[in-house]
Amino acid sequence: MNWQWFHRLGSPRWFYEKTDSWLPWLMVSAWGLLLVGGIWGLGFAPEDARQHNSFRILYIHAPVAYISMSCYYIMAISGAVGLIWKMKLPFMVMKACAPIGLGLTIVVLLTGSIWGKPTWGTWWEWDARLTSYLILSFLYLGAIALQQAFQNRDTADKASAILALVGTVNIPIIYKSVDWWYTLHQPATLKIVGKSTIDPSMLYPLFVMIIGFYVFFTLVLILHTRTEILRRESRTQWVKDLVVDNSKSKGEGARS
Amino acid sequence: MRTIPLTAAPVLLELRNLACERDERFLFAGLNARFHAGQVVQILGPNGSGKTSFLRLLAGVSQEFYGDILWQGQNVSDIRWEYANDLLYLGHLPGIKKSLTPLENLRWYAATQGGVGEGQLRASLAQVQLAGYEDTPCYRLSAGQLRRVTLARLAFSRALVWILDEPFTALDKTGAVELEARLYAHAQAGGLVVLTSHQDVNLPGLVLIDLMDFLPHAQEHEERAYD
Amino acid sequence: MTEPASLFRATFKRDLTLAFRHKGDMVNPLVFFLIAITMVPLALGPEKAVLVRIAPGIIWVMALLATLLSLDSLFRSDFDDGSLEQLLIAPYSLPLVVMAKIAVHWLATGLPLTLLAPLLGVMLSLPTSAFSALCYSLLLGTAAMSLIGAVGAALTVGLRKGGVLISLIVMPLYIPILIFGASAVQAAALGEPCNMQLAVLGAGLAIALVLAPLAAAGALRVSVNG
Repeated sequence: MNWQWFHRLGSPRWFYEKTDSWLPWLMVSAWGLLLVGGIWGLGFAPEDARQHNSFRILYIHAPVAYISMSCYYIMAISGAVGLIWKMKLPFMVMKACAPIGLGLTIVVLLTGSIWGKPTWGTWWEWDARLTSYLILSFLYLGAIALQQAFQNRDTADKASAILALVGTVNIPIIYKSVDWWYTLHQPATLKIVGKSTIDPSMLYPLFVMIIGFYVFFTLVLILHTRTEILRRESRTQWVKDLVVDNSKSKGEGARS
Repeated sequence: MRTIPLTAAPVLLELRNLACERDERFLFAGLNARFHAGQVVQILGPNGSGKTSFLRLLAGVSQEFYGDILWQGQNVSDIRWEYANDLLYLGHLPGIKKSLTPLENLRWYAATQGGVGEGQLRASLAQVQLAGYEDTPCYRLSAGQLRRVTLARLAFSRALVWILDEPFTALDKTGAVELEARLYAHAQAGGLVVLTSHQDVNLPGLVLIDLMDFLPHAQEHEERAYD
Repeated sequence: MTEPASLFRATFKRDLTLAFRHKGDMVNPLVFFLIAITMVPLALGPEKAVLVRIAPGIIWVMALLATLLSLDSLFRSDFDDGSLEQLLIAPYSLPLVVMAKIAVHWLATGLPLTLLAPLLGVMLSLPTSAFSALCYSLLLGTAAMSLIGAVGAALTVGLRKGGVLISLIVMPLYIPILIFGASAVQAAALGEPCNMQLAVLGAGLAIALVLAPLAAAGALRVSVNG
């Protein structure tokens, strides 16, 4: 089988040039989907019977929660690919994932808090979901801290990849433990996402938001990776040419 | 670079297109060489030129290199343990635990090799002028004595190739002469020595390899084309 | 080629000898454990009712912190004097050698912590029914923590100040152990069975036994070449 395409995938320059054409499309679809889903969900979807309007934050909270979890797996998989096939690009993607994942997890915690205030009366409650996501934020913080600690970039990449893989094995274990811990200590409080069925009219905007956020995440990840590529390859000719081209076009724009 | 003399002795180590990269910069590239049994090879180059990295590559501490290393005709990545069995590496750092006695330290190294008795270890220590110090904790030894504990490994090692990074450090005149004699004897017996040294090494038939000869010409690191 | 158990045994013996020659290093985490536990009634008041309620959790948290403190030294001295390089190129399974080092580390820190714990339980008014659960859970838990912590230690051994960083990256991984360990002791204190929690801890230890040495060996290779 011709594995050339696979190794070409490992070339940062190829990735940078390929994604140039993708960006406008991604931007349009991301913002479009998010606007549609957001307005639909936050404005037009029917009220929840028990929680009335406060549940609407679900339209942000739930999709971002899925993505922040997926982001960790993407980080781990990129790390694994980089370790096994010794390619540079996967490590750049892995490095880009960590701060994005942290940001997403913080959004989950904030929206979870906002949701919780009218429901529980407090800004913070140690329920299974919020606690799990708090721990996930610690995993991201650890990954970022480890990356920053090394001087040598190769070592930083490989160490972070190993840590991400170890974390991957642990995430289901942590999730299940926290779940179990919560049922042990809080047997019968109001659950935010109950087992009650969700009406379809509430589901559609949710799907739109999920897709919209995934597109948005892809966009942000690509942007971040592109920056990382430029940073790491700054000494190569093609990057230098890029900078020269850019400053030339800016100069002309200023003159005309 | 002096040309490596063609001898009838078997080729022990062959390096093909060896290149080492660190921080997006190649320390050396396109290094081709053949080391025969009976040779003592000294790696030259200024500080930071990659001498230590080169030795670590050879010894298998680092696996980050481009090109191939062949041990007795076979690629080292295929016969990792066999190769490890046949080599002895003394790095920059002594590898000696200060809280243990020389004998206790050597016992652990003997275990990596197998089949080395207590008597042999004591004899090795005697050979490096440390008889009587077998049971002195190493933190009581001087720098020169510590270095000699490390060098005692050479006395009981059955390895064919010795990879030594600055082995003459902290040795006095007598110690240096003794070490040179030991290296020469090992080569004469069909072994191979690859070393670096800031001091002069006085050995007949010394093969010199200068890493500066293998500096890549391009300063930038261009990525490989996959077409 | 060396026989299968030889380097494991040699490393185990060597590290054990080293541990006993540095008895201070063994005692320090224990003293930390003791002092830290003492802080709790000083901070919360000496009422038995309060202490009984929190004793299982507090003992477990402090044991966890004491273990974290001891992790940095697991590979550091070997890294500093060049023994780690030699370990890497020895014709022997690196995960097995790492296992030997972790075993000594546990014998020198985790086991003493476990043995000291009942005394601290008395100080915190832990009901006597919970003592055996305390010891069993700590026995299993500290072993798992030594194993998982070794991965963190291996990742950071090349760094100047690995200490706090190890805690950052290892603590989230300890959380399941903490949850089940503390719960086991709590259940026993209330007179309920704690077999499920101990079984989970045992399973966690089994997984860690298999995976942690592999991860730590890989991490050591990365660190030594950094």
